[in-house]
Amino acid sequence: MALDKTSLDLSRPIYMDNNATTPMDPRVLEAMMPYFTEKFGNAASRNHAYGWEAEEAVEKAREQVAKAIGADAKEIIFTSGATESDNIAIKGAVEMYAEKGNHIITLLTEHKAVLDTCRRLEREGKATVTYLAPKQDGIVDLEQLEAAITDKTIMVAIMMANNEIGVIQPMAQIGEICRKHGVLFFTDAVQAVGKVPVDVNAMKIDVLAISGHKIYGPKGVGALYVRRKNPRVKLAGVIDGGGQERGMRSGTLNVPGIVGLGKALEIAIEELPSEMKRLTYLRNKLKDGIMSQLEECYINGSMESRLPGNLNISYAYVEGEGLLMGLKGLAVSSGSACTSASLEPSHVLKALGVGDELAHSSIRYGLGRFTTEEEVDYAIQITVEAVNRLREMSPLYEMAKAGIDLKTVQWNHH
Amino acid sequence: MAYSTKVIDHYNNPRNVGSLDAKDETVGTGLVGAPECGDVMKLQIRVNEETGVIEDAKFKTFGCGSAIASSSLATEMLKGKTIEEAEKIKNTELVQELNLPPVKIHCSVLAEDAIKAAIEDFKKKQTAKREKAQEALANA
Repeated sequence: MALDKTSLDLSRPIYMDNNATTPMDPRVLEAMMPYFTEKFGNAASRNHAYGWEAEEAVEKAREQVAKAIGADAKEIIFTSGATESDNIAIKGAVEMYAEKGNHIITLLTEHKAVLDTCRRLEREGKATVTYLAPKQDGIVDLEQLEAAITDKTIMVAIMMANNEIGVIQPMAQIGEICRKHGVLFFTDAVQAVGKVPVDVNAMKIDVLAISGHKIYGPKGVGALYVRRKNPRVKLAGVIDGGGQERGMRSGTLNVPGIVGLGKALEIAIEELPSEMKRLTYLRNKLKDGIMSQLEECYINGSMESRLPGNLNISYAYVEGEGLLMGLKGLAVSSGSACTSASLEPSHVLKALGVGDELAHSSIRYGLGRFTTEEEVDYAIQITVEAVNRLREMSPLYEMAKAGIDLKTVQWNHH
Repeated sequence: MAYSTKVIDHYNNPRNVGSLDAKDETVGTGLVGAPECGDVMKLQIRVNEETGVIEDAKFKTFGCGSAIASSSLATEMLKGKTIEEAEKIKNTELVQELNLPPVKIHCSVLAEDAIKAAIEDFKKKQTAKREKAQEALANA
């Protein structure tokens, strides 16, 4: 493939890790700037103009966030990010609904902010948690979900789109099941909001977490949607203090960050239909370009129900971290962590039933708003080159080519 | 993780990648590690039966950059050494030479294991060969 490299800036790696974080859109930065300097007021200051203008900006952002997910502005509270939102959602519900029960149902493929929060609650004896394994394509088994609900269940916590494999869950169906059994439906929608359509009413979502930096907004700001009617959800706060955000999140509001989050969502929603189309095209080009040139590549997670910009592929016989080194012109991530501290590959891929050796061979590509077609062409080219080079160096590839079934080999585990 | 320049050099220009005929009596093969652990090394030596000197060494590695570099460096060190000298190679020498961080020390351990396994395989073949020769002699 002939590629005109001169038109690409290769002075640093091409950024293709937009599921980890996104660069801030210059339009977002522009909207935020005045709130660092001249409009520095505390949104809680009720008796002068500085406070009023800060409050006005916060309320505008609240409207923007609410509109992005089909909610009412009163149902949005601002936080420091999705990790905090996840913590409030789960810990807050466990405390508030202790009389009803203490059982939570979640998925093994959730983000650590959900899984580790659940594990702490279990350790402290405050909750019992059911961790469901998804189907092989990463999607929750709805029958299994419904069967797991007991009269003690207070919440189902299932993320809308997975951060590693981009798989989108059947939200409306999960919401329907939860509503039928009177169980709260909480979703960490960090990867989904602003990328694919989200509607809290159509999907019967009761609590939803949002992050600023995944949607071309700033880091250090997030939001939590908390349903106000049918049913009215109440969550106990995790941080005590001035009682801001309806008592659910004390602390002086991060006005510039909140303004940025609102603006980021406004832009994302406006551009959502065209961006979905563009990213789907680019992602499929990346997939087809790689898979037509390399044998034994395996896609992790459903291709049908997936974020437009996400691709996660395992390259048999090649180790992920070694491959990342060969892809140094590309900022992507691997599901393999080859350190003595953690020889465990990605918990998400493991939950899908991907074998450890293929989990160690996975690369996640996250295309985003600023990804160009040229960059995708470049990514295809260097991926194919690096995989071929490492396979020539791989004893596993050699053995497989010689017809040896690697599963029958007696490996010495160390 | 930032790699040392030596690791990067071995990764980009690995020495002695390839395979020797594993059935050859003068070749010793070591295969260590496991795919599910994220690294597998195959290290081979060709030994001069008269002198006991390692005349050639080859490797193939599935693993991270440090694992590739450790095995590449190991083949370099092996060439020209006698079996007795090769047996004394310690993983710490690889760690020092490649500037491996603590989390990558297991890569060097694996390379040392691979050297030992290759030598053991060679010795086993030689013993088998001697026994066969003695048997042939006894039957003659």
